[in-house]
Amino acid sequence: MRTDQLIEMLAREPEPVPPGAVRRRHAAALGWGLAGSAVLMALFLGVRDDLAEASRLPMFWVKLALPLLLLALAVAGAARLSRPGVALGRVAAGMPLPVLGIWALAGVALVAAAPGERVAMLMGETWRSCPFNIAMLSAPFLAGAFWAMRGLAPTRLALAGAFAGLMAGAAGALVYCLHCPEMSPAFIGTWYLLGIAIPAVAGYLLGPRLLRW
Amino acid sequence: MSAQEDQLKDLLVRGLSGDGAAYHAFLKALSAFLRAFLRPRLARVPDEVEDLVQETLLAIHNQRHTYDAAQPLTAWAHAIARYKMIDFLRRRAGREALDDPLEDVEEFLGAEETEAHEARRDIATLLAKLPDRYRLPILHMKLEGLSVAETAKATGMSESAVKVGVHRGLKALAALVRN
Repeated sequence: MRTDQLIEMLAREPEPVPPGAVRRRHAAALGWGLAGSAVLMALFLGVRDDLAEASRLPMFWVKLALPLLLLALAVAGAARLSRPGVALGRVAAGMPLPVLGIWALAGVALVAAAPGERVAMLMGETWRSCPFNIAMLSAPFLAGAFWAMRGLAPTRLALAGAFAGLMAGAAGALVYCLHCPEMSPAFIGTWYLLGIAIPAVAGYLLGPRLLRW
Repeated sequence: MSAQEDQLKDLLVRGLSGDGAAYHAFLKALSAFLRAFLRPRLARVPDEVEDLVQETLLAIHNQRHTYDAAQPLTAWAHAIARYKMIDFLRRRAGREALDDPLEDVEEFLGAEETEAHEARRDIATLLAKLPDRYRLPILHMKLEGLSVAETAKATGMSESAVKVGVHRGLKALAALVRN
């Protein structure tokens, strides 16, 4: 087939394309991811018993803010990386800010605490399971984000995969906040970030394999 | 160059809303830019330039929903052309190192080459390999110019299956082209 004939074929009665495909696809993926993550949460973890009381404490909301801010940035980054020719722009500069914020809070809390309490503030009671639980809860989001990107057109595959993973990790951490009893900034700034990093690294490694088009 | 950007963008935006004539003009103009972009960069494999032009046109068609009218058309088309070229070179992996600097978005609409050479790979042959649920809708609608209703009647498929068949069929065709 000559190129002229190909163009003829592609341009014959082209199906109209409504705008907003990138947003719709990522929104659908987040919705399905949330459903999957909620099922995993119900099956394996359950919501913390004292959720109502905990939600009256400022630290509960600070704890939510970290994954929420990271999620907002990662969604913006993933959406940009799903389009050819769009750079990350200010998203890249914004990414470290929530991390530095929680580390600053952790630093203040650790300095103010008695030396004997510091290890307990860092390790909490659940450091062994926290990163893996976050990674587990992020898995449906990761599958969704890859599905979304496979229907779009990322051109920097490792970076796009990493942002898909970051988005999944932040969303998984957000869901995990409803289960997790830990309330120390040092704990959140260590084990939550580690949990979010697991799907991000997985996405970085899987991107070049799964996102080609 | 910015006049070309505006003109091409206008054609694509109209094409995205279903204007076949504008979309044809867009693909036609773009193919000339693609050829001029790829030929010097693939100087060692001149025979494969037209294959890659066709592959890129098919990719641009299949991913056209990722274009946002707020975005420069040049940056979008250049990123796809560059991605397809690198993907092509990776597939030929190891044979030759890529020694071309890739910071060339500025010159993307700088030259045109309208003369198409023969493609080595025949898309029509690949089309024939698709399963009927993809092949027949593409054949009737995109090559013979039948309507959705006529295609549905001729194939016994439902109208929505015909539309989905064209859409998924062109994606499946792009996947065959890459292999």
